[in-house]
Amino acid sequence: MVDIDAAYAVISRSPSQRVMRRLFGSGIPWWSLLIFGLVVVAAIGGESIAPHDPNGLDLGAAFKPPSWLEGGSLDYLLGTDNLGRDIFSRIIAGARVTLTVAIYAIVISGGIGALIGMIAGYFGKTIDAIIMRLVDIQMSIPSLALALVIATVLSPSLTTVIVVISITYWTWYARIIRGEILSLKERDYVALAKVAGCSTPSIFARHLLPNILNTLLVLASLQVGQVIIFEASLSFLGLGIQSPDVSWGLMLADARNYITNAWWAITLPGVAIMLTCLSANLIGDWLRDTLDPKRRQL
Amino acid sequence: MLSYVLRRLMHGVVSIIGASILIFVISRMSGDPIVLLLPVDAPQAAIDAMRETMGLDRPIWVQYLIFAGKALTGDFGNSYRWQMPALNLVLDRLPATIELAFAALLFSIALAVPLGVLSAVHRGGWIDTIGKGFAMLGQAMPGFWVGLLLILIFSVQLNWLPAFGSGGISHIILPAIALGWYPVAAQTRIIRSAMLDVLDSDYIRMGRALGAPERLLVWKYAFRNAAVPLVTVLGVYFASMLGGAFVVEVIFAWPGLGRTVVEAVFARDFPVVQAGVLFTSILFVVSNLLVDLSYGLIDPRIRHG
Repeated sequence: MVDIDAAYAVISRSPSQRVMRRLFGSGIPWWSLLIFGLVVVAAIGGESIAPHDPNGLDLGAAFKPPSWLEGGSLDYLLGTDNLGRDIFSRIIAGARVTLTVAIYAIVISGGIGALIGMIAGYFGKTIDAIIMRLVDIQMSIPSLALALVIATVLSPSLTTVIVVISITYWTWYARIIRGEILSLKERDYVALAKVAGCSTPSIFARHLLPNILNTLLVLASLQVGQVIIFEASLSFLGLGIQSPDVSWGLMLADARNYITNAWWAITLPGVAIMLTCLSANLIGDWLRDTLDPKRRQL
Repeated sequence: MLSYVLRRLMHGVVSIIGASILIFVISRMSGDPIVLLLPVDAPQAAIDAMRETMGLDRPIWVQYLIFAGKALTGDFGNSYRWQMPALNLVLDRLPATIELAFAALLFSIALAVPLGVLSAVHRGGWIDTIGKGFAMLGQAMPGFWVGLLLILIFSVQLNWLPAFGSGGISHIILPAIALGWYPVAAQTRIIRSAMLDVLDSDYIRMGRALGAPERLLVWKYAFRNAAVPLVTVLGVYFASMLGGAFVVEVIFAWPGLGRTVVEAVFARDFPVVQAGVLFTSILFVVSNLLVDLSYGLIDPRIRHG
């Protein structure tokens, strides 16, 4: 006996209802959402919610251990570094830089990569061949090596980091989006739109883009962790964020010289990186499984 | 097969030429190298003379052709800092980087193979859970931080292994782990899914039905076939380690190409940066090429297919 009402309830759901059901239907990574949410709060609040000035020097309070150890105090929750700066406050300040870089780099590389991928896939032939060759060429230089060459040219700063990461990652979007478009453009509705006299920009915007949005969202969410690690590596090498801006990678570079004095200064900023990447990756996996299950191998 | 090889070779050559153009153009965008070479108050005549001897008064594409022509004969110019040919410096440091990358690859395989095989055999069991957890952690921890933690634990606290420099086996252990850390996750996943496929195949079930010992089935009959996908991507991992070596070498003061290039970046020593990055790219392209060509050799099904 088929329950007609229930079946009707299922087919009459609006597309947005269907997406919501899929997103919240199973296995929501609560812990990841909580941790990532805290990072976002830290990034928005920044210095105003930090208990101390992230750059406030206090040599008298140098190398204070975290509060739960002997000699630590609740005033410095996660201890202090070699200059007496509060590590907890610096981790909060670092969250803003980390997420700023991640957002800009993902929007720029994703936007440019998706557009180039759409052009390559839609027009095919020579344009496609040239673009894909360019992608190959760029992928033949290891990304960190390319970043080093660019860093010799532009002086290191927040903008440089964003440029370097965007240049590195657009190929990734371009390749995958191109593949999607190759099959999408063979669909009847695209052919009909063309016959009906739609202009190319309107075919891109109204018929192709909506169909790759899921893929783009999944790619972007899976990229967050990689971008954070890339930024930290660049900053650690001294080629990324510069003081007085605070970055988790930069904190690790500072702490490296005092590794024998203060183990907390070299572990805790790394824990911040690890937890942020871990939660971002798990959220990305969840989005991929619910929105775009065919990309499970990514 | 031959036309495939030739086509792949052509692609490789085009990639390397493209990479050299990219590196050349980016480093020329940094402005006039003359400014770095001559004192600030040098007379205009001296600047013009220098510009002419260095060929900087010619169009950019002519300059590139000169650069490429010289590069083909191995002449990247002298290192500003070390006063020796940049190529010699690069070739001098390259073996240490290759050695480190091999050691790291060895480490990652040594960890990924047992983890992947056992995860597949005991699917859903505790070792599978550990493998999954390890994979997630591996992709969330930057290699340089892993390196720092290793130094903290094994050099500073336990005093077991040296924290930097090169020498005997003991010096390569920590940097190899730091560099090999990241790919373990992906390799474990590849081995695990290949093993799951193979263990489900008819010949393994047949073997089991005939009463072959499980250990023999898993490690001899199943693993040999499951290893194919991993072997074919080893070149890709080797290549990616050449990139990762840039950071890990700095942490462990490993006297390889990566550290040399990073130092050259800070000294604005362009010839060394260009030669170093171009060599890394060539190695990258060559190892990817070898991967593509090795498919047929390793897996007869592809060769005859």
